[in-house]
Amino acid sequence: MSEAAASAHADHGAHEPAGFWSHYVFSTDHKMIGRQFLFLGLFMLIIGGILAMLIRWQLAWPETEVPGLGWVPEPTMYEGIIPPSTYNMLFTMHATIMIFFVVMPIMVGGFGNFLIPIMIGAKDMAFPLLNMLSFWVGAVAGVLMIASFFVVGGAASGGWTSYTPLTGAAVYTGVNWGINLWVLSLFVLAFSSLMGSINYITTLINMRAPGMTYFRLPLSIWSLFITAILLLLALPVLTAALGMLFFDRVFATNFFLPAGGMPLLWQHLFWFFGHPEVYILVLPAMGVTSDVLSVFSRKPIFGYRAMAYSMIALAFLSWIVWGHHMFVSGMNPLLGTAFMLTTMVIAVPSAIKTFNWLGTLWGGSIRFTVPLLFAIGFVSNFVIGGLSGIFMASTPVDIFIHDTYFIVAHFHYVVAGIIFAMFAAIYFWFPKMFGRMTSHTWGVVHFIGTYVFFNLTFFPMHFLGVGGHMRRIYNPMQYEYLEQFGDMNVFITISAFCLGLSQIPFVVNFIWSLFAGEKAPENPWEANTLEWSAPSPPPHGNFATQPQVYRGPYEYSVPGVEEDWLPQDRPLGAAAATGH
Amino acid sequence: MAREATAGILREDVAEAVSPVSAFGEGPPPPSRPEPVISNARLGLMMFIGAEVMFFAGLIGAFLVLRLSSEVWPPVGQPRLPVWITGFNTLVLLASGVAMHRAWLAAAAREQVRLSGWLLVTAVLGAVFLTIQGYEWVRLIGFGLTMRSGLYGSTFYALIGLHGLHVLGALVWVGVVWRLARRGRYAAGRTVGVETCKMYWLFVVALWPVLYGLVYLY
Repeated sequence: MSEAAASAHADHGAHEPAGFWSHYVFSTDHKMIGRQFLFLGLFMLIIGGILAMLIRWQLAWPETEVPGLGWVPEPTMYEGIIPPSTYNMLFTMHATIMIFFVVMPIMVGGFGNFLIPIMIGAKDMAFPLLNMLSFWVGAVAGVLMIASFFVVGGAASGGWTSYTPLTGAAVYTGVNWGINLWVLSLFVLAFSSLMGSINYITTLINMRAPGMTYFRLPLSIWSLFITAILLLLALPVLTAALGMLFFDRVFATNFFLPAGGMPLLWQHLFWFFGHPEVYILVLPAMGVTSDVLSVFSRKPIFGYRAMAYSMIALAFLSWIVWGHHMFVSGMNPLLGTAFMLTTMVIAVPSAIKTFNWLGTLWGGSIRFTVPLLFAIGFVSNFVIGGLSGIFMASTPVDIFIHDTYFIVAHFHYVVAGIIFAMFAAIYFWFPKMFGRMTSHTWGVVHFIGTYVFFNLTFFPMHFLGVGGHMRRIYNPMQYEYLEQFGDMNVFITISAFCLGLSQIPFVVNFIWSLFAGEKAPENPWEANTLEWSAPSPPPHGNFATQPQVYRGPYEYSVPGVEEDWLPQDRPLGAAAATGH
Repeated sequence: MAREATAGILREDVAEAVSPVSAFGEGPPPPSRPEPVISNARLGLMMFIGAEVMFFAGLIGAFLVLRLSSEVWPPVGQPRLPVWITGFNTLVLLASGVAMHRAWLAAAAREQVRLSGWLLVTAVLGAVFLTIQGYEWVRLIGFGLTMRSGLYGSTFYALIGLHGLHVLGALVWVGVVWRLARRGRYAAGRTVGVETCKMYWLFVVALWPVLYGLVYLY
């Protein structure tokens, strides 16, 4: 079959490179680059997860020996006991790795690369070489970030937000090259994202198949389109701020230091990038969820255009709400009110999306597959995270709960909740990416464990936060009023460990299916979008002939059509369609 | 799979009321993909310039916040910036922009000699700009204005220095295009290489008066 496909492609002038290095390592094929980003992200997910487990150990059983880590040399650990400086490093690197090296590589780098050309009916990206560079520059950033664990003084420990003046000079944290490498790594990563986003946008504007109008794009592609625009315009602001921070640290300038400079300026620049970043993370998750829900409800997505417009609205609003991260940083109260109002407006497009997801499920002929379960998991967690966001948007409430575990609960429901959409995407496109099916049973086990323990881990954090439990504190038991939360912290930690263990079925399922899974047919989910018209896995160049697009991506259960799906590239012949 | 048993409530209702023509518009696609309005290279470069604009917007925003929150600017005891010589230098850079535009017109008219000639003029004017800038920086450092001498120096070298780096990068690009033009690369009318170079050069040229006005004059 592959020979037939290959000869078909030879006619179109797309030759698959033969050598190992050009095929697996320095590949310019968007599908291989997508897989590379996926594996990079999954590898970093393991590291980020282990850091989270160490954080939880310290919070449940403060200043006790972590089992099995007695060998870690001082001053990182003292006979297995986590000192405060290491604790700071743990939560800083946990957040940095999860945001920049797990969610972004997997959702934007991995699925963005894999899906965009094939779902719009293109052979590859507009700039394949730039695409390869994007991955390898991103990999260098990852190496720099990992290397920072091994320099003298340890890795960055100023929080992922890296607030100045704490991070402005090495004396404040005691970490010199750890933070310098952190800055350099994110600086390099910005170039990777820049190359990626230029590629995505150009490809989406210029390379769509005949008939693939903007309003026939699948919503996951819409979401990646908007994400790429946000990346393109938001990340350079962080790059500028990181440059100035680096000057402060290395050349002893005073941009963000109190001696002449303005510490608060960092917060403004960081969050001007940081809030669009939240949508860079969550929009692809929303897009994937929309696609998966529609496919397995066997119904058109409810309110396609409203979904697209609400994503555009979210992207626009994300530029004018950064001040809501800074309500207690010192701000004119009038300005605080303005930011409160713009933030509240975000609830409108978010609610449109949520109700449209529910409307898609409503009355559908639901197929309870693993991707569908994870997509529903994402929606339910997003509702909880979205509602707690409204609490924080309100300045009077936020002043009380700011920098408490309520915030930690909120952003884990939103940002860590993305992992549900990520798993939905992995289970959904695994057959297309690797040509094999995953195990349904083990997928369900993975979902139940992840969903239950995710909620048992993060929901109680709301109570901690309202009870005054600050985030980022080393040892809650040092505060008399927090002693009552000792048991709850133990409960959360045990849940978190179970959440970690629940990923074992995923790892086993992933690796087993990769080598021994059932061979995937071309269209195992009976879905409409173009990638399911290509072989599994698609050859170099994706399609034997240029696909032609006749309709939108969500034509499920169309009256008068024999099957309950209608691919975008299938012409409705006289036999198939009867006009009522 | 069992499709026949899946008729939901909505589906039956819809079947009565609506024809199978969808909200997306059912219809045959055009026979082939239409030629893009803006080619890949131009579009990619436009986005790169967009990202550069945001990068400098971040720096300029930081500069303005720091500048406006200082009571005395420039701070007492700091050397004055060379307004007149840099004003002349501004004219040099603007002239290089005009030269680049002439080069582009020559490329469009397929006049290879004039193309490489105007590219050379562009590159020389750009090099003159950088040389004068460099000479002035050396003098300012001699007067005690450095990255470490306070915010005045830090913001000056950050904004003006990063612009200088961009001019240097663009200058290398112009040099490469000049060499390719001498070898007749653009003789066949495929001038997108000249055009993207022109777009980037005009970006670094257009950025300069903004920075000159903010840092030197304001």
